[in-house]
Amino acid sequence: MKIIVAIKQVPVRDSVLQVDASGKWIRESELSFEVNEPDAYALEEALQLKERYGGEVIALCAGPARVSQAIREALAKGADRAIHVESDDLGAADSLGIARLLASAIRSEQPDLVLTGLQSDDLGYGQTGVIMAELLGFPHSTIIMQVEAAGSSVRVKRELENGWFQWMELPLPAVLTIQSGISKLRYATLMGIKKARTKEVKRLSAAELGGLAAPVLSVEKVYLPQKTKETQMLDGTPAEAAAALVEKLRFEARVL
Amino acid sequence: MSVLVVMEQYGGDWNRMSFEALSAGQQIAADMGARASAAVLGNGLSKLAGELRGADLEIVYTVEHPLLENYTADGYTAALEAVLKAKKPSLVLFPHTYQARDFAPKLATRFSQALVSDVIGHRVESGSLTLVRQYFQGKLNGDLRALGSGPHFASIQAGAYRSDRLARGQATVEAFTPELNAASIRNKPEPPFREAERAVDLTTADIIVSVGRGIKEKDNLPLVEELARTLNAELAASRPICDNGWLPMERQVGSSGQTVSPKLYIAVGISGAIQHLVGMKGARTIVAINKDENAPIFEVADYGIQGDLFEVVPALVKELKKIR
Ligand SMILES: Cc1cc2nc3c(=O)[nH]c(=O)nc-3n(C[C@H](O)[C@H](O)[C@H](O)COP(=O)(O)OP(=O)(O)OC[C@H]3O[C@@H](n4cnc5c(N)ncnc54)[C@H](O)[C@@H]3O)c2cc1C
Repeated sequence: MKIIVAIKQVPVRDSVLQVDASGKWIRESELSFEVNEPDAYALEEALQLKERYGGEVIALCAGPARVSQAIREALAKGADRAIHVESDDLGAADSLGIARLLASAIRSEQPDLVLTGLQSDDLGYGQTGVIMAELLGFPHSTIIMQVEAAGSSVRVKRELENGWFQWMELPLPAVLTIQSGISKLRYATLMGIKKARTKEVKRLSAAELGGLAAPVLSVEKVYLPQKTKETQMLDGTPAEAAAALVEKLRFEARVL
Repeated sequence: MSVLVVMEQYGGDWNRMSFEALSAGQQIAADMGARASAAVLGNGLSKLAGELRGADLEIVYTVEHPLLENYTADGYTAALEAVLKAKKPSLVLFPHTYQARDFAPKLATRFSQALVSDVIGHRVESGSLTLVRQYFQGKLNGDLRALGSGPHFASIQAGAYRSDRLARGQATVEAFTPELNAASIRNKPEPPFREAERAVDLTTADIIVSVGRGIKEKDNLPLVEELARTLNAELAASRPICDNGWLPMERQVGSSGQTVSPKLYIAVGISGAIQHLVGMKGARTIVAINKDENAPIFEVADYGIQGDLFEVVPALVKELKKIR
């Protein structure tokens, strides 16, 4: 099975976010980045499918030079090769624009399966996989917790709300968006890290892929949310705050 | 300007989030000087459509076809594409459910548009609509405008608009029969199921201590276990804790876990992503302990302690032991 995994690099969790001078996005210069968590699970699933059914895993990542770190990580964990869609101005792109670039990078590879995380931890649009499927003319399924190959099709377990699930069969080629927790993530081995250096990374510019289309959504501004709820913050040392909390819970909320 | 709200049903029952989207649709339409319409897809919808007759809507479209009996992305997209081409709404709204996540971006792509997903609010200024959505799992808000002639697409986050504010009135029900062919529906869905009965029922717990990724390592769990013991509480967790296998899945609270409403919910090192909040915001009293003063969990908390859980939790246990 030839599998392409689309991974994204996002600011590390618990980053302190500051709005940039344009007011339309955050200041990225002081942030560190990591692989988007659901995408890490998508990569893991791709590697496990390869181990079970054979084939090839190709990591696909769009972004500026910094994303080569994410690509190296995917190669070190076991991806066979990678495609880097190089662009410095994806920040202004919407979900449709990004998916168009990725889809045109995927098209010539003719994969059997395209995997990606169900959403990104930064933008959280949750759409890239579904849009790519539509652009490629592939069927898709989202929020996937298990994948079984069955000849020219795959049988997948979709997570539904409130503890429900559903199995679904799709003909290949197909796109799946993977849910966090589908399996246990592996670490890169020393051997893997060494080998990664010799693996092929194909670099494509946005222009070579037809260019970034004019956006259909415009982000006017971003800002810290206004607090609407009156939370009573209990200050002081940990001991003082804890004592104040117990007092409140006993005599104000009356829940103890 | 016209607004179409796509309602969600399964086997003849509404997904209740549909009514929040309907309320959003009514409010946006009113602010734009228009009236909203609704559409529901399936096979055999007269009972459900009847329930919408009393809402203030222009038209309720029943989009019926045997191939819409079970949800598929291909079937729903093709059917709605036909509805939109015939009825030409300028804005199409969905509840931000698992199902809408599965097909709404595909439908929008057919019209060379992008879905504004997970909307929490809106503003209308001189006839132009701005939608508000969250970034970074609720840590940042953004104002967006959809460009071009439309139709524009948006999905409404759970809890953002109140279904009890639905305006009453009268609606006309109109049938719409799309042309669908079985060969174009590629996915073969099987019936939904639940995993084996849950061994832990968090829904009856009086007090819940819930732990999130702030705990950092499995080896640190005894800290919160002791807090739970001291309070005679059930221990629960956010999803990553269960994903990592540190606690069993059946202790997960949220949209893909259990929905709880204890009299006291103490969230320790949980950021407060919407998928967690929907599972616990019905708790009577909510306490949040988090080192980040901007963590969204403080938005639902009655009492908050901004601090390091590794200092605050032991102090709290000590304090509680004085009264127990
Ligand atoms: C379709 C879907 C379904 C989902 N279903 C669920 C669900 O059912 N339940 C659920 O919980 N999530 C669910 N999620 C995941 C959800 O989006 C969040 O990713 C998750 O809730 C985050 O968990 P967390 O708050 O523990 O972790 P994080 O978001 O990483 O937050 C950790 C928090 O700990 C704080 N912290 C760190 N160190 C300390 C310290 N020393 N002292 C105090 N505080 C500290 C940080 O400031 C931060 O706020 C779902 C996601 C999707 C897409």
